Amino acid sequence: MSSTPDTLAERQIAGSAGEDDLLAPLTPRQLFRRRALSHWGLLIGSGLIVALVLAALFGPMLVPHDAYAQDLAGRLAPPIWAGGSWTHPFGTDHVGRDYLARLLMGARVSLTVGFFAAIVGSVIGVGLGICAGYFGGRVDQVVSYLLTCQLALPQILLAMALVFLIGPSMIVVIGVIGVLHWSYYLVVSRSAAMRIRELDYVASARAIGSSTPAILWHEVLPNLRSQVIVIFTIEMGTAILSEAALSFLGVGIQSPTPSWGLMIAEGRQSMFFQPWLAILPGIGLFVLVMGVNLFGDGLRDVLSPEGRN
Amino acid sequence: MAVSNDALLSVRGLSVALTTPSGDIVRPVRQVDFELGRGEALGIVGESGSGKSMAMLALMGLLPRSARREARRVSLGETDLLSLPDAQFARQVAGKRIGMIFQEPMTSLNPVYSIGRQLTETMTLHGQADARTARRRALELLERVGVPEPDVRMAQYPHQLSGGLRQRVMIAMALMNSPELIIADEPTTALDVTIKAQILDLLAELRCELGTAMILVSHDIAAVSRAVDRVAVMYAGALVETGPLRSVMQAPLHPYTQGLLRCAPQALAPHGGGRLGAIEGSVPRPFARLSRCAFTERCPLVHAACHAGEPDMHGSAERDYRCVLDVERLAAFEWADEEQPAVARSSVADTARSDQPALALDSVSCQFTTRRGLLGKPHHLKAVDEVSLDLHHGQILALVGESGSGKTTVARMLLGLQQPTAGTVRFNGLALSDTDRRERARRIQPVFQDPYSSLNPLRTVGDAIGRPLVVHRIGNTRSRRDRVREIMSLVGLDARFYDSYPGQMSGGQRQRVAVARALALEPEILVCDEPTSALDISVQAQILNLLVDLQARLNLTYFIITHDLAVVRYMATRVAVMKQGRIVETGPTERVYTRPAHAYTEQLLASMTDPLAPPERARATR
Repeated sequence: MSSTPDTLAERQIAGSAGEDDLLAPLTPRQLFRRRALSHWGLLIGSGLIVALVLAALFGPMLVPHDAYAQDLAGRLAPPIWAGGSWTHPFGTDHVGRDYLARLLMGARVSLTVGFFAAIVGSVIGVGLGICAGYFGGRVDQVVSYLLTCQLALPQILLAMALVFLIGPSMIVVIGVIGVLHWSYYLVVSRSAAMRIRELDYVASARAIGSSTPAILWHEVLPNLRSQVIVIFTIEMGTAILSEAALSFLGVGIQSPTPSWGLMIAEGRQSMFFQPWLAILPGIGLFVLVMGVNLFGDGLRDVLSPEGRN
Repeated sequence: MAVSNDALLSVRGLSVALTTPSGDIVRPVRQVDFELGRGEALGIVGESGSGKSMAMLALMGLLPRSARREARRVSLGETDLLSLPDAQFARQVAGKRIGMIFQEPMTSLNPVYSIGRQLTETMTLHGQADARTARRRALELLERVGVPEPDVRMAQYPHQLSGGLRQRVMIAMALMNSPELIIADEPTTALDVTIKAQILDLLAELRCELGTAMILVSHDIAAVSRAVDRVAVMYAGALVETGPLRSVMQAPLHPYTQGLLRCAPQALAPHGGGRLGAIEGSVPRPFARLSRCAFTERCPLVHAACHAGEPDMHGSAERDYRCVLDVERLAAFEWADEEQPAVARSSVADTARSDQPALALDSVSCQFTTRRGLLGKPHHLKAVDEVSLDLHHGQILALVGESGSGKTTVARMLLGLQQPTAGTVRFNGLALSDTDRRERARRIQPVFQDPYSSLNPLRTVGDAIGRPLVVHRIGNTRSRRDRVREIMSLVGLDARFYDSYPGQMSGGQRQRVAVARALALEPEILVCDEPTSALDISVQAQILNLLVDLQARLNLTYFIITHDLAVVRYMATRVAVMKQGRIVETGPTERVYTRPAHAYTEQLLASMTDPLAPPERARATR
């Protein structure tokens, strides 16, 4: 974004041209803003995410059709580019529900599941990781053993078994996906906590009489922030795909609730004659996951520029 | 400056240009000129960010890709290094005619190859010697640089050698091809005091013996003076003064050199009770754009002319200096000694000896146990072995020792960061193990070595200093804010830093923040673990003065842990010398320095360089 005249350093230089003052060092926030505004991937990714979130929040209110209203007479209507009408711009599905309304509702499901599953995973992973890294010793050995167990299990298979046993619902899907996606958080926060533990500001926090929970909360956790945010976005992409996979296999979100994975599964049967039924939710999924991943990669570059090259 | 024809290395107008992301060009090294005769040793002295290392990298063509070398002339003997293509330079000059020794011997030796292989490779790489000759030469050199059992060492790997030995190997490696010039960049900074002295002496000997010219780059003017004939002082990217060692040390001309010599505490002269002559302010950042003398803000002799542009080098006989003033004015100048005697500390030292000690260690031991895996065999390491020490109110006790002597473990036990495995630590007669952590926090507070890691990077200065008050639930938001501002002014921090982050501050300012945080709970005792060893010399003096002033004003008791004998002599009223976990000697500072009782203390003191000190200090000694 070389055209942006902003970026504080440039302004400072412009302002002090002729004087010999050096670039005053920036606050962490200013530095972040400067780097973020010049990172294309991050901008595109966040643009896509914002657009999809807005569509998911307000879209269903703007579309005149209900996502659940069936109209057997008007089923399998084609979208406009295949000769359809503006009443159903994206056509209808096999029981005559408006496909646009269902896609928008599906975005809600994907975003909700992805977001909350990533939260569940981050709470488990960061919690265990901080404890393992900070306390070390036996705690670390136990946590590392848990991690090994988790890594050894086939995730989709286990998720299918769990959802099948507990019974499918949105909450169960969120819980199961979250419980199965915490290994990255753990690895990253464990090593970061091990490093931070040795730093003098932790020692001095103990010397001023802070309790161990206070140190973990006020000294260690804030310094993990940037790493955790990056992992969070990456895991959110994975969780969205997991949900789609589970729904596609029939053990995720259940009909009639629209989910992109489920819609692909339903559209798969008429792939040859009504291809849009499978392709449209596929495109939605593709765009969302790409947006999330671009955003995550961008954040990683912006937050830890040392590791970029 | 006359260009002598027999100069080995001649550098004219050497600058390094960097392009900033916004397209500006900054020069962290500007217009460096010097000559080096055959067999001559030059010390380049400067604080961090002065560009001394970058100038050497530029000389060797080792600059990072974003930096560009600019020079009018760089020649080694008859060879013009400026017009020599990189590939040819690498084949014919680097390692052959110029040898380099780096600061960190651990990282400059490759851990996966044996010492022998790395040594011989420097000779056999371009096929100018066969393996047997190279091996003979390597053995000979290892012997010469004082590596015991060279044939055994040849087969060993870098991690099997101590830091001192590794640095000796590095020296041998630099000498393999009998270079005409050796560039040593902070060769002793990572080493202990006694080893440091040995390495510098070795370099000096080798130079006389082999006639190799040498450039020694260091921040420590006292250390360099052990091994060089001439010094060049660098400040903010430019040489500010060059001349023969003795003449510069005894009659410095540039105000910066004068200040630098005045602000270093002396290990071999008794402490006169005055303050150190600190240079105010801090070292400029290396990427400044300058259109004036870089020393302007800190210079006591600043004139309007100083702002007009960077002054040129002026020559006078064998001395060169970069200042607008003439020699007479500079020589006549005396830094005003602040007439603010920091309390008669000798009197403080011996008062209150009768009452119970503020802090007492009673045969305290600390043993670390490590084991491999869950059921591995335990391995014991005794870091602190039956240490007994008393610290009385108002005293300044210094615990001196080299790295690995267990002195930091002692500090950690005092702060409750480490539990002693045997013995007790008492505050005013009360055992530390019976005091809760808040109670302890109000009595004893730490100041750590590295101001870059002792402050949480995500917390503003005001937050960091006020944090102890929050933890102890003292006052409300407003009263805490007032208290923080009060402490900030006490430690000499401007109130505008309240909302700054540590990343925006210089090392000295951060260390002031760390001191302020330690003072927030009004403790009786401060444990200072190497409080100034991460700071530049001119900044070190500010912090030492601050600590002395605070001690006098707040009636504090200090427990200082350091390896720096000069700092100890300046600060401490009592000294305890520690070696391998044991205290080998304790006593009043002057007694220990003048009549050391233990052989190890003598050895430590012998490693200190004879002060070719500024005349007034030298006179004071006699």
